[in-house]
Amino acid sequence: MSSPTPAKWGLRTLAFGYLGLLLLAPVAMIFYKTFEHGIAPPFEAMTSPDAVHAIWLTLLMVAIAVPLNTVFGVGCALLLVRHKWKGNAIIDGIINLPFAVSPVVIGLSLFLLYGNDGWFGPTLAEWGFEVLFSTPGMVLASVFVSLPFVVRETVPVLQEIGTEQEQAASTLGANAWQTFWRVTLPAIRWGVAYGIVLTTARVLGEFGAVTIVSGSISGETETLPLFVAKAFEQFDEQAAYAGAIVLALLALTTLLLMSIGGRRTKAGASGPIPIAGDAAISTSDTKEGS
Amino acid sequence: MEGHPATLTTAPPPRAGLRLPWAGLGLGRGLVTLYLSLIVLLPLAAVVDESLAKGAGAFWDSVTGSESMAALKLTVICSLIVVAINAVFGTIIAWVLVRDEFPGKGAVNALIDLPFALPTIVAGLTLLTLYGAESPIGVDVAFTRIAVVMALCFVTLPFVVRAVQPLLIEMDREMEEAATSLGAGGFTVFRRIIFPNLLPGILAGILLAFARALGEFGSLVLISGNIPFKTEVSSVFIRSQIESGNVSGAAAVSVVLLAISLALLVAVSFFARMGTRNSEPGVLSRAVNRIIARSQIGGDT
Repeated sequence: MSSPTPAKWGLRTLAFGYLGLLLLAPVAMIFYKTFEHGIAPPFEAMTSPDAVHAIWLTLLMVAIAVPLNTVFGVGCALLLVRHKWKGNAIIDGIINLPFAVSPVVIGLSLFLLYGNDGWFGPTLAEWGFEVLFSTPGMVLASVFVSLPFVVRETVPVLQEIGTEQEQAASTLGANAWQTFWRVTLPAIRWGVAYGIVLTTARVLGEFGAVTIVSGSISGETETLPLFVAKAFEQFDEQAAYAGAIVLALLALTTLLLMSIGGRRTKAGASGPIPIAGDAAISTSDTKEGS
Repeated sequence: MEGHPATLTTAPPPRAGLRLPWAGLGLGRGLVTLYLSLIVLLPLAAVVDESLAKGAGAFWDSVTGSESMAALKLTVICSLIVVAINAVFGTIIAWVLVRDEFPGKGAVNALIDLPFALPTIVAGLTLLTLYGAESPIGVDVAFTRIAVVMALCFVTLPFVVRAVQPLLIEMDREMEEAATSLGAGGFTVFRRIIFPNLLPGILAGILLAFARALGEFGSLVLISGNIPFKTEVSSVFIRSQIESGNVSGAAAVSVVLLAISLALLVAVSFFARMGTRNSEPGVLSRAVNRIIARSQIGGDT
């Protein structure tokens, strides 16, 4: 290492100082504030009827949006990778759209479709369907924001595994359905699982889009992030902190699953499927190869 | 009949991997298109349609209205400041993570992704506990523009780090050693060799972070105070317009944000494909894809 020690220590100080002040200290502070008076107050705050409902509703969003986007994601990835088509480039571009759109704009877009003056709102109201300010609208928002993850994580894995095993299966007489369940899915399972983790995390934490379409009615259309925001605005800091801690713990779990998933795919635990470019991002091996 | 030996001898030659039969393929494409149309395209079309509902003149007036302009200016200026800060610190952090050795490096590396994993509302609240009215260290920046910059720094922290890191890992150290042996000092080596090699990564990270900062909402609502002309960013302005019934005004500003973010995304993928001078081709491109794919968890673009 050619750089002199003072420079090294200077850079270290800058890096750790920035991370500490911006990330670590605030996160540590909110944990301290939550458990300042023991575990009872946050526990109480999280077992109030509104809080319990918010947690339940958040899990409901996950239970609907995640399976939908998983089935779509795997199917779409298969189409994109295994069937060359002119339309693939367009589909690929559309899948990236939710990344480029502010969640507030996503909320507004659903408002414009399903509101009282919206494109579909009046007709659906006639049929007795209420989308806005109720669960269906929130589900649509959650599905929109979390749509790309499974596709994005599955496509590179599918490209990586190639088609030899699938060809072998079909030579041995397996039909497409059998090939998928017995050969393809087991080979791509870690990529799909990784996508599911990311989708779940995104749905759990979504705030912007859901706040516009839900109306944020306590005990009715309030997910956990909305509960946190409202509790804080109503000066119920204890409840806000407790809710934030629940979400933060879920985020830390995600982080853990992400690094395990990254290592898993890298080590090739399920066959030859290192995710392209993952080595640089997921773990800490830093010695350059060449 | 499944897998009966007799069928094997007469089976057609294997095709390329798992393929859907013709009818299934058409059905699959139809379903994918329908799903994307219903979930993504129709809603966004409604926003564009609404923004132009009262004509191009009304669209222009909505975007250039004084409060809307103030919000847009604040958003762009704060985002520029934030990407500048994170370009410097992101590069330093990436350097320390790649070239330095210290205990607990794996944990610090994992910590970088925290802003991607943490719900944005929680990000804002955590900053508020330390730098808000009840700050234990006496730093109260709540409801100021500093708070806006701070929150945006938090949510966009990983972009530059994760774009620069793979380039640093791939970088050939021989050039640096050659330069040093020829008498170049530490700063000269950085300026003439290291920085030019990292620049594409830094720029890609900046573009992605900028796109993210432009649309950020969740981390700002609690800490910025949403004061018009002072701390109100565009996404918050859009919400306040929806709440006060000016939906077409909200749609007009939304279309502007949408256009800028899309242009940035296209620019960054083009840019990443151009590659870097001394790295294996595709390193940056893959890193950018990774970042885009992961940046959305718990986040608001």
